[in-house]
Amino acid sequence: MSKSVTFKLDGKSISFQPGDTVMDAALRAGEYIPHLCHNPEFKPHGSCRVCIVALNGRHLSACTLPAAEDMDIDNSSDAIVEQRRKLLQMLFVEGNHICPACEKSGACQLQAVAYYTRMLSPHFTHFFPRRAIDASHPDIIFYFNRCILCGLCERASREVDGKDVFSISGRGINSRIVFNSATGKLGDSQLAITDKAVSVCPVGAILHKHQGYDKPIGERLYDTRPISVVGDVAANLATGQPHKSDERNE
Amino acid sequence: MNNRVPNKKPKLATAALCGCFGCHMSLLDIDERIFNLVELVEFDRTPFTDIKSVGYCDIGLIEGGVANTENVEVLRDFRKHCKILVAVGACAVNGGIPAMRNQFDLQDCLDEVYIDGIGVANPLIPNDPEIPLLLDKVHPIHEVVKVDYSLPGCPPSADTLWTFLNELISGQQISFPYSLIHYD
Amino acid sequence: MKNLERFITQRLADTGNSPDQLLQHLCAIQNFASHLPQTAVQQLAGQLHIPASQIFSVIDFYTFLHRQPRGDFNIVFSDNITDRMLGSQALLHSLCERLRVRPGEPRADGRVTLDLTSCTGLCDQGPALLVNGIAVSRLDEKRITQIARLVEDATPLPDWPAEFFSIDDNIQRYDMLLGDEIINGSAIETLQAKGADALLDTLEQSALRGRGGAGFSTAKKWRWCRDTVADTHYVVCNADEGEPGTFKDRVLLNSYADNLFEGMTLCAGIIGAGKGYLYLRGEYLYLRDALEKTLQQRRQNGLLGKNILGDRDFSFDIEIHIGAGAYICGEESALLESLQGKRGIPRIRPPFPVNKGFRGQPTVVNNVETFVNAAKIAVFGADWLRSAGSKESTGTKLLSISGDCSRPGIYEYPFGVTISQLLEDCGAKDVQAVQVAGAAGSTIPPREFERRIAYEDISTGGSFMIFNRQRDLLHMVQNFSHFFCHESCGFCTPCRVGSALMKDLVDKVIVGHATRYDLTEMQNIGRVMQQASHCGLGVTAAKPVLETLNKFPDIYTKHLANRSYEPAFDLDAALEVSRQLTGRDDAGAHISYEPETQQQEKP
Repeated sequence: MSKSVTFKLDGKSISFQPGDTVMDAALRAGEYIPHLCHNPEFKPHGSCRVCIVALNGRHLSACTLPAAEDMDIDNSSDAIVEQRRKLLQMLFVEGNHICPACEKSGACQLQAVAYYTRMLSPHFTHFFPRRAIDASHPDIIFYFNRCILCGLCERASREVDGKDVFSISGRGINSRIVFNSATGKLGDSQLAITDKAVSVCPVGAILHKHQGYDKPIGERLYDTRPISVVGDVAANLATGQPHKSDERNE
Repeated sequence: MNNRVPNKKPKLATAALCGCFGCHMSLLDIDERIFNLVELVEFDRTPFTDIKSVGYCDIGLIEGGVANTENVEVLRDFRKHCKILVAVGACAVNGGIPAMRNQFDLQDCLDEVYIDGIGVANPLIPNDPEIPLLLDKVHPIHEVVKVDYSLPGCPPSADTLWTFLNELISGQQISFPYSLIHYD
Repeated sequence: MKNLERFITQRLADTGNSPDQLLQHLCAIQNFASHLPQTAVQQLAGQLHIPASQIFSVIDFYTFLHRQPRGDFNIVFSDNITDRMLGSQALLHSLCERLRVRPGEPRADGRVTLDLTSCTGLCDQGPALLVNGIAVSRLDEKRITQIARLVEDATPLPDWPAEFFSIDDNIQRYDMLLGDEIINGSAIETLQAKGADALLDTLEQSALRGRGGAGFSTAKKWRWCRDTVADTHYVVCNADEGEPGTFKDRVLLNSYADNLFEGMTLCAGIIGAGKGYLYLRGEYLYLRDALEKTLQQRRQNGLLGKNILGDRDFSFDIEIHIGAGAYICGEESALLESLQGKRGIPRIRPPFPVNKGFRGQPTVVNNVETFVNAAKIAVFGADWLRSAGSKESTGTKLLSISGDCSRPGIYEYPFGVTISQLLEDCGAKDVQAVQVAGAAGSTIPPREFERRIAYEDISTGGSFMIFNRQRDLLHMVQNFSHFFCHESCGFCTPCRVGSALMKDLVDKVIVGHATRYDLTEMQNIGRVMQQASHCGLGVTAAKPVLETLNKFPDIYTKHLANRSYEPAFDLDAALEVSRQLTGRDDAGAHISYEPETQQQEKP
């Protein structure tokens, strides 16, 4: 093997391959960089900004930052963690994240990353936007209140399912997901419960109907171990952990 | 902020605004440690003592969000009387379950209950001056008064509350292990 | 409806089914039908093979596109701070009253809609508005009365008084760029005579830098683009002059269009591009016909199209794309997205446009003024540009001067000119502050008036807004905060949410309910926006607040409530619905703003 090239992440040497982003290399090396809109199966997006790291005094999103030799990257200083916490707080006040009333609670990536950064309150002033629920689909329910605009459903539906069911519409604080159907209702779109777009949602925005609260508190994905150990929601879904009815009686 | 509460036996008050008293129940869930707590603090106004008005205190724990005029009054009173004010639980921290009514017009909520609801006799929205008026939305307490600490959870576990009070009273940095931070 | 269907079918037959044309189709359809009805979207979706939801998402991104019907006369008032300083708000109010209509809502008879829009680039002759996309300047009560009459009489726009639509160049000071004329085609001839390498060397020696404000070396940009191997290359002119207070491109497009197209053609010849685009901001729609005529003239003269000036290896043409009200499209990668018919979301960089730009091909994107400079450098040589300015900032800069001065307009100065010189020349007195480089720029206090306009000191795309001591500068901050919140594309968290939080906090200061705590909050939010945002808009969106908090703290402190903490919302107003439902108005039905008492006694 040829001598590997490396950069430093919090002082640790991380080897990388040509074309890697800092996120790619770090995840491969088992180093956790908090993220929400990033999913290794899809092209980096860089919109949530939670994976912000510091390089030479500049703050950059790790998921879009091409790895380069001898970079010295700060992934865990107080300043970086504080900034991530503020970004998470912004996401929490932007929507209506009533965790006690959410089926995804305990296995939600927004929650898990917030736990990881020790976010104790949303701090900012809540927008309390009024957002309807779309329950028109026989198998799937869409909660706009919980959507964090990560764009993963949009990417998955386009790239994997070949359906283009989801688009982000509007602008600025009025941005929202819209569905591709004649009525604009999810139920009239081509979305199927087996679609990748359904399983990539990191939060409780896209959920299966007729199912929920299927694991007792204490046994859910992030109840006892942090996301840095457990990994992403989508990765765990792929291996069949949460939201499987056959595990309900375990 | 200096966490240390200088008095030998700091005074503690608690109140529930728009919530379910679950956070108070959780405080009782510290079980036999309640004896240690009584050694550590002196209780002022709290449902546990039945003292009705809050005196000058070191620590005020507030459960519940701000939904009506009485909530505002109690919260302001606590802020005035407590050196350290703590938002306890999901409702105090972000509005919680009661804030789900923010998705609806207040009139629709009241109509549903007092006018159009099943089995309603004498449909009328109550207007007795004794009844606190509702705010158009339910707010977390930090949107009304300055809050010094927030303890998330629905409710925060007994261990979370116990850890917090112990660390606060002994002047330590508040720091929770992973398992004590949750939002539900 | 049948007409609309035929219009769309005809348009698609004329222009082809490329999805790149989506935004252009939408603008044309809206122009035809006043809005974009569901049927039109479904028809486009079918024929362009784009999901209807994506078309809706494009419509909802651009301020000028509407899903709901607008009035026959769709009137939008320019809402820049300079318009407001000239009394635009009172005039809007007056027109609303005369026409009995509320902002944003079409009148019941469908005759008229009145609304606001971001800066329309007429700050030197404001207040201004757009009626069905066409600019009317120099509004006053008399003009408003006339407009109300014309609308009530349903007078078609072509029959409105011509002077309403006459937009002056208003050039107050000429220097070399505006003064030294070149013959059409002479830059292209120079290229043909000397070759691309020599021209690039000339450009490099001239040290020309981008005039949009960022100041990147033009020669370097063109060279990198040329050196990127690809199927094809593109030239794009950024005429999306959206920075509040800037209007110099308006003048160049109006009176120097030939020079601009000459510069673009020169660039095409050097980098090997066959196609160029002029991305014209929607607010400048009224300039389009004349620009098309100029392009046609150049085609006839062999300066565009196949075999330019007889060179069989050089074919190049320019197409005009119109924008639709989105400041973010001035960011070059967002502009390219918009040019491809999409929402103007800035791309991840790298790759940069010189490597992967329009349709993924290497693309030069330059400002209007940069291309005009390049054309003249090709003819007059590098020393021409170097004869003015400083070592790092060669040549001149066009400045758009507006606000509190007696002679607003376009001023061309050699780089290095001081702010105080500018203020003296435009007749500004008793100046409190100058906002240089627009809403995203810097707020300059009098103690810094000896600073210079130059890349090495104060860099600017050309916006220069003056505020005298009678102004409350916080109104400027408020105007810009609302502007950024409105213009944030919404892609990244810090800008999308941060700009909305910031806007609300500035409003809280203005109404006298903010405290020192809120000022600290603004600083914290601003820092996150500045450090963590995806693109330049987010990075600069908090600047008006952060700069003024730092340099003009008094404009905030004089509005502060005399308390340590104030609620995030108006408590008493939050009871209004309850009061109405219960009919109560007793003391218990109100929450007072009780004065803050001493927090606690010593136990």
